[in-house]
Amino acid sequence: MRQTQGFMNRPIALELDRVSHDFRTSDGRVYRAVDDVSLSISAGAFVAIVGPSGCGKSTLLNLIAGLLMPTSGRVRVEGHDQQGLNRRATYMFQQETLLPWKDVRDNVALGLILAGLSKADAHARADDWIARVGLTPFASHYPSQLSGGMRKRVTMAQNWILDRPQVLMDEPFSALDVHTRQLMETELLALWDVGVAGTTRRTVVFVTHDLEEAIALADEVIVLSAGPASRIVARHAVSLPRPRDLRELRTTDAFVELYRAIWSVLRGEVIKSQASVGAHV
Amino acid sequence: MSSQGRVTAWRVGIAVVVLGAWEGGVAAGAIDPFFLSRPSAITARVAAWIMSGTLWPHLWVTLEEALLGLAIGGVLGIAAGFALARAPLAARVLDPYIAMLNAVPRVVLAPLFLLWFGLDIWSKIALAVTLVFFVMFFNTLQGVRDADRALVNNVRMLGASERQLVRHVLMPSALTWILSSLQSSLGLAMVGAVVGEYLGATHGLGYMIAQAEGTFDTTGVFAGMTILSIVVVVTSAGVSRVERRLLRWKH
Repeated sequence: MRQTQGFMNRPIALELDRVSHDFRTSDGRVYRAVDDVSLSISAGAFVAIVGPSGCGKSTLLNLIAGLLMPTSGRVRVEGHDQQGLNRRATYMFQQETLLPWKDVRDNVALGLILAGLSKADAHARADDWIARVGLTPFASHYPSQLSGGMRKRVTMAQNWILDRPQVLMDEPFSALDVHTRQLMETELLALWDVGVAGTTRRTVVFVTHDLEEAIALADEVIVLSAGPASRIVARHAVSLPRPRDLRELRTTDAFVELYRAIWSVLRGEVIKSQASVGAHV
Repeated sequence: MSSQGRVTAWRVGIAVVVLGAWEGGVAAGAIDPFFLSRPSAITARVAAWIMSGTLWPHLWVTLEEALLGLAIGGVLGIAAGFALARAPLAARVLDPYIAMLNAVPRVVLAPLFLLWFGLDIWSKIALAVTLVFFVMFFNTLQGVRDADRALVNNVRMLGASERQLVRHVLMPSALTWILSSLQSSLGLAMVGAVVGEYLGATHGLGYMIAQAEGTFDTTGVFAGMTILSIVVVVTSAGVSRVERRLLRWKH
């Protein structure tokens, strides 16, 4: 049974409790990126975080990943206070993160090798994943020999092979052209739908500045205010049925209605962020 | 004609014109061969050294010094670069001292090394080491510091320990810098060896050149320089091949 609402009574995977984060700028001043954010995300949910550029979306994700420590407040992962890196999560960055000196197979197998698996076992499992993302003929290619879309597929395989229950994604497809992007989104949903070992779905936190992408993918869209001191200004449940056909979805009435509703909130934040950028230029 | 063919043709053309003008100038009486020698005489001298076998022991000594200097200076420089890149505080403390040491002209050190290590190869190796060390050190330091933050964060998220981070990201990242400096390091190692020999030795290409200069034998000086440049060009080509092999993921 494919459900869209049932995760409300699932256990909490991630919890932010009044989290703030300050950066020190190069001229010694304090810049508050995220201000007093509280948020809980149920296990198995696909949550998208949208907001204008520079609004602290990535900071929020880095806090969840444990790459940054909150200045105040706490992050809890599956009920435990976070200490160091979040070992329950993988993180797909906006930038290219494949190691250029490793071929596709070694890149996909990397997390398993780091965990101490033998090279033979790690490669065998990597080959499964390379096949799942359709890159078997390219297993011995280096990243520089692949297209942008192929590199993203490899990165997905590198992350998802680890079977971690949480997946953090920071505008992973923003560098791709529209068509490749839609293809990757479809593949992402297919992977997510299968879940870990075919049973439980992973918890996905997906950061994007593209509202269409957020609605198309997520169960819930969270809108952040313009920076500095970003807060959550709105949370919208997306009750579009799954599986979703991303090629058709964007023109359905339900989608357009949701888009209008969320955009009415987001629009104001985008205008604010542009005004403050203009003031700096 | 292919572009490689055109490049080769131009290279040969330049050599022919320069050497032809030189030889012609001497023949026409415009150039005094006492000061500048002449290509035909230099070629004959190189051939004579090769035929008689006098060249080989000298060449071998110079190569031995340069390669040992390159190896020792390289290992020390890479180790020091790695250590300081991972210890930013120590790097900041030591920064002015490193700059001071690097500012010392190596020619000034040569007589000291002769005094400390004697006339044989070790004083020349020491000189080559002081030249190679800093190039390797600065490149390793830069290479490690320059490692892409996104790559580092990604590998940490995938579960890497500090040691695994060094092995899978920092080392390979620094390697591109280290390899790109290998070419100039090799040249510097040769310079160190030859300058050391020039100032006091019993063997080596630098010694041969110094001997020739002592008797105003310009042909001998130019013959020594010719051999030196051929050796550097040939070994550089070897280094390029190693470089291409190790960095094949770039192409």
